[in-house]
Amino acid sequence: MQTMYTEEQEQFREVVARFLRVKSTAGDVRQLMASSEGYDVAVWRQLCGEVGLAGTHIPEEYGGAGFGPVELGIVSEEMGRYLYCGPFFASSVMAGYALLNGATESYKSAILPDIASGAKIATLVLDNLNNPGEVGAALKATKEHVVSGIASIVVDAHIADLLIVAASTPDGLGLYLVNAGSEGLSITPQEALDPTRKLSRVSLSEVRAERIGWLTESLLNQTWDQICSVLAHEMIGGAQHLFESTLEYTKVRVQFGRPIGSFQALKHRCADLLMELEFAKAAIHHAAFCLAASEGEPYVASMAKAMASDTYMEAARAGVQLRGGIGFTWEEDTHLWYKRAKSSEVFMGSAHMHRERMMTMIERASGHDTGEQP
Amino acid sequence: MNHDEIRKEVSDWLDANWSADRALIEWRNILLEGGWAAPNWPEDCFGRGYDAEQAAVVSDVFAEKGAVGAAQVGPRRLAAETILVHGSDDQKKRYLPPILTGEHAWCQLFSEPGSGSDLAGASTKAELLDGQWIINGQKVWNTSAHHADFGILVARTDWDLPKHQGLSYFLINMRQPGVEARPLKQMNGHASFNEVFMTDAIVPAEDLMGGEGNGWAIATTTLSIERQGFARGRTPTVSRTAEEGPIYQEFAAELEIANEPYTWYPQREGRVDLVLPRAKETGAIKDPAVRQEIARLICLSSGARLAAASAAAQRKSGSNEVIPAGSIGKLGASIIARQAAHVHTMISGSDAMLSGQESAAKGMIAETLISVPAISIAGGTDEIQRNIISERVLGMPKEQRSDTGPFRDIKRNVT
Ligand SMILES: Cc1cc2nc3c(=O)[nH]c(=O)nc-3n(C[C@H](O)[C@H](O)[C@H](O)COP(=O)(O)OP(=O)(O)OC[C@H]3O[C@@H](n4cnc5c(N)ncnc54)[C@H](O)[C@@H]3O)c2cc1C
Repeated sequence: MQTMYTEEQEQFREVVARFLRVKSTAGDVRQLMASSEGYDVAVWRQLCGEVGLAGTHIPEEYGGAGFGPVELGIVSEEMGRYLYCGPFFASSVMAGYALLNGATESYKSAILPDIASGAKIATLVLDNLNNPGEVGAALKATKEHVVSGIASIVVDAHIADLLIVAASTPDGLGLYLVNAGSEGLSITPQEALDPTRKLSRVSLSEVRAERIGWLTESLLNQTWDQICSVLAHEMIGGAQHLFESTLEYTKVRVQFGRPIGSFQALKHRCADLLMELEFAKAAIHHAAFCLAASEGEPYVASMAKAMASDTYMEAARAGVQLRGGIGFTWEEDTHLWYKRAKSSEVFMGSAHMHRERMMTMIERASGHDTGEQP
Repeated sequence: MNHDEIRKEVSDWLDANWSADRALIEWRNILLEGGWAAPNWPEDCFGRGYDAEQAAVVSDVFAEKGAVGAAQVGPRRLAAETILVHGSDDQKKRYLPPILTGEHAWCQLFSEPGSGSDLAGASTKAELLDGQWIINGQKVWNTSAHHADFGILVARTDWDLPKHQGLSYFLINMRQPGVEARPLKQMNGHASFNEVFMTDAIVPAEDLMGGEGNGWAIATTTLSIERQGFARGRTPTVSRTAEEGPIYQEFAAELEIANEPYTWYPQREGRVDLVLPRAKETGAIKDPAVRQEIARLICLSSGARLAAASAAAQRKSGSNEVIPAGSIGKLGASIIARQAAHVHTMISGSDAMLSGQESAAKGMIAETLISVPAISIAGGTDEIQRNIISERVLGMPKEQRSDTGPFRDIKRNVT
């Protein structure tokens, strides 16, 4: 199992970062968050075509680059840092992983190449974003190929060509393909706290759907883990951006005749934050290394997401607080990341849920007998 | 050399040389000559220049064969590693071998009643008289000083220079009439640290290390080695039973003395290892609030471990990214200990009111609860670590100082 990035991976990060630095400036983000589509088609095409990121983790046989969770983590960390607005997370990560894990071979061959190339945008429709244990209560396959129900929060459904729907059946959780524009499908944009990630309410009323596979309990949990690992990378990228920009500000802002960064209260807050960031970053990278090698503790993804939730918000709170009044304005950019932090905090499970999930996994791994050394 | 080659070389060497029937010091001298006493030290200094992983292979083979290694408990490591960096050839030759063989125990004479965090404010006096340094003053909180043969000492040699420039670093013999160590009882009942009085104590001229006036720079090396030790934790060497050979008996006797001040050190780190067993044994593991706190603790301790490993890997690969592993690790160790004590308290409930052999985990939980406050003080307080991280790592602007100019004129504690 790798324990640090290889030189190639570091170079890959630089390529991604160089692209985003130019194509996803704070100005771009502001423009896109105010638009209804929420993404720039030209940039998305470039990202899929020239840079080839949409299929980062999709195997070559399905038209992807054939990398794994580590490279995907690198892409997301940089996207989080630059607050990239686009369907990468919904299409490549969420729908991509659900398909890779749950779809039958023929559907994988049919759908994944379009996702990898960016020819189509997909999203994963889950009726619960809090806890994998609660998925499937509100979306049901009523007959074999008919799905009904509501998913109140779906990322980027408004621009999706394909909806990959997880719906419960008497035989378990099925994975269904619904084409945009299907009869009985209605997609209503929701007002999102974080306007850089577009959310919709998806309701299906007797929509004809193709069943493309199954998400057993273990496959659903695996999918959840993979998505959380990527999300945690995105979050730690954002947290690092906030930390760096805030630190810079404390060195230039002067009050009482000295830079505010010379006040010990602020120094100690920054030192604590650096420690928290370093610990979270190490745990998040570790999660990707473990997932890539199918090794390590069973709870690494939940640990990563729990730490990401707490750390990103801690960085966001400091980002506003250490700037004072200007930090609370619309004009200053900090709130863009603050909102991403707040919304990501609970997306795919809060820190609280993930800590509980960790404990369940630890108990399961050590057996239920009491008093024994784990 | 790859790990397999090292494994083979050390195995062959042990097969040819190791015997549990030898006397302890005799064996360690053989070890020293063979170059296996400190394989991570430089080749021209009793070692083999191995990195941490290679050295770990050597320790593993020693453990497998039950072979006794070099002496390592206590502040002797701080002394040895500082001498390795700053000592003269003569000092290395005289002082390092007896540290490795266990003939000499050391202590750290830095803190004083008037200056702890502000180590550079030390006011123990060193004066050169007839080719010898005469030392007068008091040190305090000196762990193991009551067992020590030598001490690493920071003392003032010039009172007219600014505080950092007037300090020098000495290697002082503790077994002399002018030095007296008195154990001090701590809040947890143990007495591992001491106050040390020096009255016309003598240090030969050749035992000033690194040149007069360079004490601060050298002390900084010692402190940084010390911080790394906190994050790494301490694992007292386990030996086999005396029946398996006389050397084990001698080794056990040595450890009993050397480890005596440290029996409570695992407790000051919070006994994270006892958390899950205790939670299961008491049934507290079913309490959702306790589960949250246990998981938080696991996140913290895993994060600390992984961050340290990643910093070490990057150092090794020659990355020039600055990773402040020492101070961050030390601060992390404090916070982990505090969280662990918090969790232990939740798990025990009202039983946390009890202490002693009859109480939880044979008194280890109670000892944990009253020992963790030490870890955020010893080796530089949490606040000082935060100062270091923010100023030296993050480059935040320094605070205005009121302790510049000749040391003589700076405001000090009245002692
Ligand atoms: C168990 C134990 C073992 C020890 N072993 C040794 C040993 O072997 N050898 C040795 O020499 N010493 C040893 N020490 C001493 C230790 O290094 C000092 O206690 C420590 O550096 C703090 O110094 P002080 O006690 O003088 O407290 P002070 O420096 O007086 O600090 C008091 C409080 O003020 C805070 N403070 C001080 N300066 C600042 C600042 N600039 N900014 C913010 N806050 C500040 C501190 O954080 C602390 O909270 C040991 C201590 C303990 C507890």
